[in-house]
Amino acid sequence: MRIKMKLMYLTIVCTIATVLAGCEPLLVLDPKGPQAKTQADDIMLSIWLMSAIVIVVLAILIFVLIKYRASNQSEDYEPPHIEGSPLVEAICIGIPIIIVIFLSIVSVESNYKVEATPAGYEDQEPIVIYASSSNWKWHFSYPEQDIETVNYLYIPANRAIEFKLYSYGPITSFWIPQLGGQKYAMSDMVTTLHLAADAEGEFMGRNANFSGAGFAENTFEVTSMSQADFDEWVDEVHETADPLTDEKFEELLEPGHLGRSTYTGTHLEFSPAPEHDHGSTDSEVEEPKQEDHTDHESGKQTNHDNH
Amino acid sequence: MDFFNRFAVPHPSFLIYGAMVSIAIAMIAVVVGITYFKKWGYLWREWLTTVDHKRIGIMYLIVALLMLFRGGVDAIMMRYQLSMPDNTFLDSQHYNEVFTTHGIVMILFMAMPFITFFFNYLIPLQIGARDVAFPRLNALSFWLFFMGAMLFNMSFVVGGSPDSGWTSYFPLAGNEFSTSVGTNYYMIAIQIAGMGTLMTGINFITTILKMRAPGMKLMKMPMFTWSAFIANVIVVFAFPVLTVLLAMGTMDRLFGTNFFTTDNGGMDMLWANLFWVWGHPEVYILILPAFGLYSEIISTFARRNLYGYKSMVASMVVISIFSFLVWAHHFFTMGQGPLTNSIFSITTMAIAVPTGVKIFNWLFTLWKGKIVFTTPMLYSILFIPLFTLGGVTGVMLAMSAADYQYHNTMFLVAHFHNVIIPGVVYAMIAGLTFYWPKMFGFMLNEKLGKWTAWLLSVGFVLAFIPMYITGLDGQARRMYTYSESTGFSTLNMVSFIGAAIMAVAFALLVYNIYYSIRYASRDIGSDPWDARSLEWATHTPVPEYNFAIIPEVASTEAFWDSKKKGHELFKGKIEKIHMPNNSPLPFIMSCIFFVFGFSMVFSIWPVAIIALIGILACLTYRSFEKDHGRYISVEEIEETEAKLRGAKK
Amino acid sequence: MKVDNSLPLEYSTEENSLKILGFWIFLGAEIMLFATLFTAYFTLENRIGNGPSGAEIFEISPVLVETILLLTSSFVIGLGIHAMRLGNKKAMMIFFSITLLLGAGFLGFEIYEFIHYVHVGATLQTSAFTAILLTTLGTHGLHVTFGLVWGLFILIQIKKRGLTPETANKSFIFSLYWHFLDIIWIFIFSFIYLKGMM
Repeated sequence: MRIKMKLMYLTIVCTIATVLAGCEPLLVLDPKGPQAKTQADDIMLSIWLMSAIVIVVLAILIFVLIKYRASNQSEDYEPPHIEGSPLVEAICIGIPIIIVIFLSIVSVESNYKVEATPAGYEDQEPIVIYASSSNWKWHFSYPEQDIETVNYLYIPANRAIEFKLYSYGPITSFWIPQLGGQKYAMSDMVTTLHLAADAEGEFMGRNANFSGAGFAENTFEVTSMSQADFDEWVDEVHETADPLTDEKFEELLEPGHLGRSTYTGTHLEFSPAPEHDHGSTDSEVEEPKQEDHTDHESGKQTNHDNH
Repeated sequence: MDFFNRFAVPHPSFLIYGAMVSIAIAMIAVVVGITYFKKWGYLWREWLTTVDHKRIGIMYLIVALLMLFRGGVDAIMMRYQLSMPDNTFLDSQHYNEVFTTHGIVMILFMAMPFITFFFNYLIPLQIGARDVAFPRLNALSFWLFFMGAMLFNMSFVVGGSPDSGWTSYFPLAGNEFSTSVGTNYYMIAIQIAGMGTLMTGINFITTILKMRAPGMKLMKMPMFTWSAFIANVIVVFAFPVLTVLLAMGTMDRLFGTNFFTTDNGGMDMLWANLFWVWGHPEVYILILPAFGLYSEIISTFARRNLYGYKSMVASMVVISIFSFLVWAHHFFTMGQGPLTNSIFSITTMAIAVPTGVKIFNWLFTLWKGKIVFTTPMLYSILFIPLFTLGGVTGVMLAMSAADYQYHNTMFLVAHFHNVIIPGVVYAMIAGLTFYWPKMFGFMLNEKLGKWTAWLLSVGFVLAFIPMYITGLDGQARRMYTYSESTGFSTLNMVSFIGAAIMAVAFALLVYNIYYSIRYASRDIGSDPWDARSLEWATHTPVPEYNFAIIPEVASTEAFWDSKKKGHELFKGKIEKIHMPNNSPLPFIMSCIFFVFGFSMVFSIWPVAIIALIGILACLTYRSFEKDHGRYISVEEIEETEAKLRGAKK
Repeated sequence: MKVDNSLPLEYSTEENSLKILGFWIFLGAEIMLFATLFTAYFTLENRIGNGPSGAEIFEISPVLVETILLLTSSFVIGLGIHAMRLGNKKAMMIFFSITLLLGAGFLGFEIYEFIHYVHVGATLQTSAFTAILLTTLGTHGLHVTFGLVWGLFILIQIKKRGLTPETANKSFIFSLYWHFLDIIWIFIFSFIYLKGMM
């Protein structure tokens, strides 16, 4: 029985080890940007720490099971009555507290990192991209470049990007695992996600939050390219693409799946993002304070009709 | 015709029609069977109208096992659908319904009644009482819960199942995006079952506070009673939140209010917040009694008293307080900003400390013990490392920055199954095996039991460990399919194999019950495990009054003391015993609730109003009713006692 | 049934004391229920969509009358319980009747208030704010309505059966319920009406 158990744990440990160290790195652990790197580091750190805890518990368990099993003891052994010892229990509380304090510090530090302009890009003006979801598509609006794409995202590498997320419909979650973790897009507030790509390449992006029948295919492709290529692409779009009209946008919002498409102009002009101020109704859902510096971007589009 | 059209399932398939037919056949078979064996009277007198906590407990058990089957079939279907890329076994709508009902059925209609079964059966016995504080209310709790469960399951064949996930986030669950009546079922069935649960909470808190045997101070209660007490306190504080939440959701769906919609000021985030203000404590309602059961089992089979009784109690109290302070960790990605996330990240991690204390206390209980590897003990031993694994991944998830990557992925799915299955499900099966002889007078087969435990564990590891990996590889949860190029297929196939092994394990459990009914020895006495607490001090089968003489208690392990230290449990002589009368009212009232719920789901207002009047009439009747219970005479008790003592040998 | 005469009538049997404790726990659950409603109310208070705000629709006079009626009724039921403890059945019934009448008056004004809201275009469907306002007030109002019927049943029972441990127990529990509704109303008055009108 114990052998079976050991075998089982060996299997688990081996599987995890092979895969983690293995042939193809897992997306989340193969970061291509500073935010994803922060998160991957946290994840690996916690995996090692937590493995240590599991191993300690397992070792103690196996030890006591072998040493104190009934078949290993004399017939008349009567286990003693032990109430508990303050010292031992203090240790059992103390060590976890130390671990939790350590992880809390790491966690808080990372929180502020992933919610700010990515490390190393602080001195740049970030490029702002509005990413809005509708059933079951993503619309990417580039207000500075004055273009809009559907279901694909071109970004310049080595440049801070500020995504403004919201949704025309159910709550969705904007996620590009290799660039950084996800954030919700909701219908009545705009959330901000700071990302940056350190390298050129193609990445998988998707909606991670269940949003109905077409959820599984609610994905988009992300291409990170040099600033020069990006500028070239912008110019090309301005030359070739059709303008996005109100009617066309309404059509795009219809539930369903669409391929890629590209437009000049953005829907922000006639269907602005829900960037109104919520007042102090609920501190839990207030927008983070450090977003204030970007308000000039959207100030002209802010719509107060909703109130 | 339009009137009837809405009762049709909007997305019928072969599976649903098959299920309709088999449900119909099963129901006819049950009705014919009961009529043929002339058991209607027996059923009515002994079960439908009973107020006996032991019988109510067993009815909870039956529902829990049925729902385990239903939820398990859902699970297997999901794992099969995902075992291959681009599988077409289920379409997306179907898959969405399946994972939604799997979640709700397993949490609310399987795990909840399973623990309520243990509350009902064990607590009065453990504290040396003759019944719960409000037996009639207890029956009403059960029947409301039962009708809620049945109403929910009806959605499968009438009108369509809910399809917005068990969390039912708005606006997805609103009328705009969820057009079938499925989510109406969700709102109303859970509301009805939830009322039952709330009453259970009130009932058991009162029972535990007021009806303990003489000498049983709070700090001398058995650990399971403690855990049940704390769980029920959480019920009383958490379930009203659900009541309000579901009422608001119902109004949004049926009366066109704008609580959670996308316009007129509606706020989708409010649903998510309130849902988890209830939802997080809810998982502790499940896990704490499971901890209590493990404590009983581990100390029984280590043949030692529970190590660190006081810190066990303290850690549960701390867990129960923290359970209300962590809800936002279910949506770190909602954009609350780093400060809020940091606070909830720290409170969440802090829960690891009291939980760790419990793990170490169990390990120290084994220390210097004399460990006997019975089936319940095997589950408890497997629980410790597997649950630790689930616990530490919980700490990983609590790191909010990293959670941006785990959130909504299979990593999360792996984590919560990793705590719920070894934590709750193992405890339920271990407890069931442990208390089976107390309930039915024979033991489950040990060899089959151990096979079940091992198979379940192997299946569990294969089914859920791969999900941690695919989650980190970018597999979002609730995806009904994925393409070959994602590379998820191998690990998902492993998961399916694991799920299939778990299914075999559950089948083996059922076979074990059948086998033991046929072949197990009936000559086992009332204390087959050499156990320690009061519930084993009475006869098997337990007489309806539980204890002929109320026991007197001087320590946490009164029965053990009476066996080993000559502590005298039953002083005094037999007196007549006051017992509550059976009543058909809870059953009738709950049936009306069912009608009310059904007509609300389909907005059939006249029927709903009539049903509401019926419910009020029942309450009126109850208000004016004179029911002072009945007495069991001394002769009758002595006769029963003599008979049971004879049976005991 | 064992009756302990050293205790007040409503506590005199074991069953009675169980019921009173159970009811206190139920009130704990009720506090959570209203706390959740208040939380939702404060969250949605400013989300008025295209509908009116609280300041635009609240009227002080019916609210003040409601407050006075309910506070008085809560005081009167306290007198009723005092009379019950003294064993004065008749006085108790009078006080209970006054309580119920005052409660009915409260309910009447609340219905008037609701009609007013509908008239000025603040219905359940208007906005998140009006929905949560009417839900919170309505939940309290339903509690009062339920209490009126329940109280009436208890009065009938006392009249028919006299002051027994059972009826005394019911009356006492009913008084707890009524005081509870009063306290909730004070919160509604301060944090919904006064705050909204300021």
